[in-house]
Amino acid sequence: MDSATSDARTPLGASADQGFKIVVVGGFGVGKTTLVRSVSEIRPLNTEETMTQAGATVDDIRQVRGKSATTVAFDFGRISLDARNVLYLFGAPGQERFWFLWDRLFSGTLGAVVLVDTRRIDDSWYAIDRLEHHGTPFIVACNDFGGPVRAGADVREALDLDPQVPLVDCDARSRESGKQVLITLVQHVKNRYADPSVRAGLPRQEFV
Amino acid sequence: MNRPGRDDAPDRLYTITQGRSRTDPDNPFDLVTLVVAESEPVAGMQSEHVAILKLTRFPTSVVEIAAELRLPVGITKVLLCDLLAAGRVSARHPRRPAITDPDILEQVLVGLRNL
Repeated sequence: MDSATSDARTPLGASADQGFKIVVVGGFGVGKTTLVRSVSEIRPLNTEETMTQAGATVDDIRQVRGKSATTVAFDFGRISLDARNVLYLFGAPGQERFWFLWDRLFSGTLGAVVLVDTRRIDDSWYAIDRLEHHGTPFIVACNDFGGPVRAGADVREALDLDPQVPLVDCDARSRESGKQVLITLVQHVKNRYADPSVRAGLPRQEFV
Repeated sequence: MNRPGRDDAPDRLYTITQGRSRTDPDNPFDLVTLVVAESEPVAGMQSEHVAILKLTRFPTSVVEIAAELRLPVGITKVLLCDLLAAGRVSARHPRRPAITDPDILEQVLVGLRNL
């Protein structure tokens, strides 16, 4: 594992006082860590969280039946936005059994990027379903794996995506492309909350 | 992978936190809360506390502290709560609900565009 080493650590400036988070979700091998790495100012780090039943919500507790604690590892990167604001990007495993990690990560998040491999579109359904359920704003980014390009309308239909949710193509290896994905997400979040009808029904984002 | 927090070293983790594995739900620490040292380490202090105080001479997020110490986030939070209660660290902008303030979102957008 090439992460979590202390060499060449780059500290934040002394005036940094505001941490934000964006979560990148998607199926195994879809390029989450690649995207985090391409835009992060630090080499992605890896850490883990131990989840216990006590942290589980009542309606989902049956999913951890027979298990008192589960450990999940995740990658993250960092982007200093200005002297005060710093953005953290988390790569979250998309599989169903990691739902409890999501709840923790998504609490208070700006929003999420669902990274999709258009050859394996089914992998993304669960992620999208959870995000809609949480009321977490998100966009969908199709990572370009060099295969035939699938039309946006086709992908949108296959994902049964709400027309309001932005759908973009990206190359997770490219810093510029990754940056555009993040800009699209934050613009979407901003537009969404600028809509008074949305503001009235703010997302239910308190889980912990 | 060999690191504390995995099943191989539960005893060590138990010792680090004197058996505590969970923090008070009211604790202010989110993954991205920035922690800043308010004092230098002193003699006799637990080694993990020393490590945190050294790391946080500049603002450092909870998740970075956990990664650097190679400890699970939950254990790291227990240690941070101790230091906070003792006035040895401060926490910048404790966790809160969804960010919907258009001015804050605009600051994030400007920062991203300037990358």
